[in-house]
Amino acid sequence: MGTRGYRYKTSHSLAGPGDGGKTGSWRVQRPVIDLERCTPARRKAEACFICWLYCPDCVISRSIPPTIDYEYCKGCAICAEECPTKAITMVDEAGRQEDDEQTCSLEGSRPCT
Amino acid sequence: MHIIEDGNVAAAMGVKLAGAQVIAAYPITPQTPLTEKLSEFVESGELRAQYIPVESEHSALAACIAAGSAGARAFTATSANGLLYMHEQIQWAAGARLPIVMCVVNRAVGAPWCIWNDHQDSISQRDTGWIQMYACDHQQIIDGVLKAFALAEAVSIPVMVCYDGYLLSHTYMPFEVPEEEKVARFLPPFEPSYALDPESPANLNTVTLPDVRMDVTGEMAHGYMEIRYLLQEDLRAALEVAQEIEDRFKEVFGRGGDALLEPYRCDDAEHIVVGLGSLTYQLRDVVEILRNEGHRVGVLGVRLYRPFPDEALAAALQHAAGVIVIEKAVSYGYEGALCSDLKAALLAHRTDGGRPPAVKGMIAGIGGRDIRTADLTDALRAHITGTPVEGPGWIGLKLYDSFQDEAPPQGTSRASARGRGRERE
Repeated sequence: MGTRGYRYKTSHSLAGPGDGGKTGSWRVQRPVIDLERCTPARRKAEACFICWLYCPDCVISRSIPPTIDYEYCKGCAICAEECPTKAITMVDEAGRQEDDEQTCSLEGSRPCT
Repeated sequence: MHIIEDGNVAAAMGVKLAGAQVIAAYPITPQTPLTEKLSEFVESGELRAQYIPVESEHSALAACIAAGSAGARAFTATSANGLLYMHEQIQWAAGARLPIVMCVVNRAVGAPWCIWNDHQDSISQRDTGWIQMYACDHQQIIDGVLKAFALAEAVSIPVMVCYDGYLLSHTYMPFEVPEEEKVARFLPPFEPSYALDPESPANLNTVTLPDVRMDVTGEMAHGYMEIRYLLQEDLRAALEVAQEIEDRFKEVFGRGGDALLEPYRCDDAEHIVVGLGSLTYQLRDVVEILRNEGHRVGVLGVRLYRPFPDEALAAALQHAAGVIVIEKAVSYGYEGALCSDLKAALLAHRTDGGRPPAVKGMIAGIGGRDIRTADLTDALRAHITGTPVEGPGWIGLKLYDSFQDEAPPQGTSRASARGRGRERE
């Protein structure tokens, strides 16, 4: 019956944005990167990228600085847990505005508004 | 080649002939000699398979699910509480549409602990989406394993091959070993409909939302309800596929015939006894005894229990005045599950204006209680002749007065507690 038949009869999703729906809406807290602490951002060089490596949903870019795709980030906080310089903080989504910037620099755990 | 061996060895030889590529199992009585035999085959190089020793039955089936997802022909086997421990993965294997084959060497489930035979283990997995075949002798075990792989792979649904612990697993019987060249014709190497591919990564069995969704390629992908409906539709269609495979098996090997039912002297029978597994072969002796007494009795073995052959059963029973279902399992709080299923089938498929035959359910052999041919004969004779029978219809039940001095459970009067005392045999 071929791969198509298999996909027809099971739940099967390909690597790519959106195959599981817009999972960003599942998020209760969002990870926010402090660029003062983030190694590639601070050194302006390809380095570290532990967050990119650990993110189970591949929503963190391998760029300088790394950016987070909040459309699909579920807020699991693995990046915040793994970041060796503690540059990532989980911030409550409650009360946030829709048109936030995707990455921002900030001090401490204060949400960027 | 004709050989004499036990039922577990028959199953192991079937798995070897089928060329299983991954075997993961955890030993449990009375399945243990089957897995021991398979590990011997793998150790000696007779079977070129990965044998994965695991720490539990849950892990055994999880390993088979992984192997099936990677495109391998996978096999496992278990009994009783081991099967129950697999339960979560059993549902998973069906929803994932993996053609895993599992031998269930039927054994009573605890509590209390009991290693002997009944059907409570596999019957309790009735609603999981697996196909269930029941074998009556060693030939049906070894042939059944081959047919199970063929069926599982044809419909992408896992199959249980159930056979009675001890009565079949540990008894010796002559049987024909399928010839390798014929097996090669009947069961070609497994070609998975999908296999994990590092070049094309995918998530399998991911979270589905209540509704359908568009996937990354822009096509509409099914939600949970569609996926589960298709499992049900394919299971119903598997009744026909099972018969096609049975026909093909007969063409190649010259034996077999009916994948769904196995009737014995049913054509002119007024009363037909229905059951599963080796009990139905024992019942043939009872049929002979009762026929000699002038009672027109037949026995109908149900070979395939899920998907349920409702139409075939109703057709096979419609001319009978009475049907007696003897089961080694109980849907506790009601009756035997086969009895309920059968009554529903008779009601759904009764012929115009016809009254469905009267159905009587009986329970026997729970926890390996000896099922004596004389007891079966007496119970059936009494029912057929309309002799009033004392007791609940559990053949061979022996209740004693021993603990009647203890306080009865609340809500039970002492008199009624005492009343159900005496031994009844």
